[in-house]
Amino acid sequence: MNAIKKYMGLVWMALAIGSYYILLKTAIEQINKVGHMDAIIQWGIFAIIFLPIAIGLFIFGWLAFQGLYDHLPGSSGEVED
Amino acid sequence: MWAIIFILTTQTNPNNCMQSTAEKKQIRKVIFASSVGTLIEWYDFYIFGSLAPIIAAQFFPKTDPTAALLSTLATFAAGFIVRPFGALVFGRLGDKVGRKYTFLLTLVLMGGSTFAIGLIPGYEKIGFLAPILVLLLRLIQGLALGGEYGGAATYVAEHSPSERRGFYTSWIQTTATLGLLLSLGIILITRKSLDADAAESIKAFESWGWRIPFWFSLVLVGMSIYIRLKMHESPLFSKLKAEGKTSVNPIKESLLNKGNLKMVLLALFGATMGQGVVWYTGQFYAQTFLENVCKVDFEQSRTILIWAIIFATPLFIVFGQLSDRIGRKWIIMAGLLLAVVSYRPIYQQMLQITSTENLVKDPSTVSIQRMIQPVKGKDFSLQTTTTSQPYPNGITEKTVHADTVYANGSEMPVKTDKVSKVLPDNTYWAIVALIFVQIVLVTMVYGPIAAFLVEIFPTKIRYTSMSLPYHLGNGVFGGLTPFIAVLLGTMYTGDKLVGLWYPIGVSLVCLVIGVIYLSNRIDPDVKD
Repeated sequence: MNAIKKYMGLVWMALAIGSYYILLKTAIEQINKVGHMDAIIQWGIFAIIFLPIAIGLFIFGWLAFQGLYDHLPGSSGEVED
Repeated sequence: MWAIIFILTTQTNPNNCMQSTAEKKQIRKVIFASSVGTLIEWYDFYIFGSLAPIIAAQFFPKTDPTAALLSTLATFAAGFIVRPFGALVFGRLGDKVGRKYTFLLTLVLMGGSTFAIGLIPGYEKIGFLAPILVLLLRLIQGLALGGEYGGAATYVAEHSPSERRGFYTSWIQTTATLGLLLSLGIILITRKSLDADAAESIKAFESWGWRIPFWFSLVLVGMSIYIRLKMHESPLFSKLKAEGKTSVNPIKESLLNKGNLKMVLLALFGATMGQGVVWYTGQFYAQTFLENVCKVDFEQSRTILIWAIIFATPLFIVFGQLSDRIGRKWIIMAGLLLAVVSYRPIYQQMLQITSTENLVKDPSTVSIQRMIQPVKGKDFSLQTTTTSQPYPNGITEKTVHADTVYANGSEMPVKTDKVSKVLPDNTYWAIVALIFVQIVLVTMVYGPIAAFLVEIFPTKIRYTSMSLPYHLGNGVFGGLTPFIAVLLGTMYTGDKLVGLWYPIGVSLVCLVIGVIYLSNRIDPDVKD
């Protein structure tokens, strides 16, 4: 199971980059296509708000690949270490 | 009904004998005081969403209706997007100052901003200042809600015995749905009671009566503040404070400590993001879909949701209690799996049974009503033509067409036709059943999640740590669901169900992460 957790980390990192790339590409296409302020605001909000989330997913994948999820903490002491 | 469920579930659990009568009485008080306040905050937050089309007409430039709706949803979405910031600001306060005073503050902010929205003059009177003020107050609402939920869930959990934590916190979990129910109920009652004539009442509601549900918030918040002032601080937090062990910088400890950060990320990607999209698909997108895609009548689309919520809400308690016996993980994962496989068939069915395409129209059954209303001080009148066309499947399609009629007799169309369908009883209840199934999924993913979040973080940074993934998942992923789904529908017009790929995709990723990485362990001790 730990091997799956570890190598799936690569999938989460790829998903973070891939999904954000698709979001940006769609945003640019839609802004160019529609052209008015509404589209810029809508897609701008998506691009800004999902950037930290994509970074978070990448970090999650990286931590998984490092094996940090092989063992989940059983007490607060472990969380704070 | 709630009292009966509470008494039954309290008496039938064998573990319950471990609690004394005084303890039970105390926890009931805690649950009641926390739940009432949280319910009111959800009410405040959702009346805005439930009144989105009316708010669009009042505060945004009237270009085309879709643009107006999207602008409102954007404002609605703004409330969701700032929720994680509220979680950080008030979470920090809650972990430093205490749970009780923090969620009193969020209640005051929420009530004040909701009341103020009801006072803003329309776009026609104060121009762009109107939408700007709405947006600012909406942001305050979002910040307040970001601070509220984590506090209430933490407060109840820290009063609960370990073997009943899922059950007790599930009462807090009912508040979001009941807040939505209350907002729908108040809106419908107000809409019907402004005039003896139904049409005049609706007209008055759309003109000024929509403000009443916002003003009503002040009464509710006043009651809740009174109740909450009588509460004591959480015993675990008080102990921590007395020992001088509270966190100096909860945000830093939550996000920069690798051990805690990994749990924040796991909670977000393995549980709350899926929970968020399931919640908002079942209870918000369903309503948007009924009204905008299936074209179901305003009142029916809302009463359908009300019935489904009433039937399904007790299941929050059932799944919360079940999670105390079998663990939180698999209930949440089962809810996500069912959402992934059932959304498209459910929505396909909703579309199919409300469709009038390819049905034979009988011209002899058409009824047409014309109403001409003079406009004060103008040389024209407004003519409204309502055409009612019954179909063989029992659905009556109403088309409202408005024209400006000038004194010289010439006519000019002013609005596009507005189509709405009135459903017969069998179709109405079939839709209630389909929405009910979606809300059952909500109860599965949402009922146990407060206990799950409380158990994975330590007391001294719990408020901050659990609030952040909750509001990112529920607020950002979930809150944007209706907005993204509507947007997808406008981009890919060939598929009416295209908007569902967003909640399905997010639920699927969350399901895989949750199944692989989450533990099903129930923490026996949240006091550390």
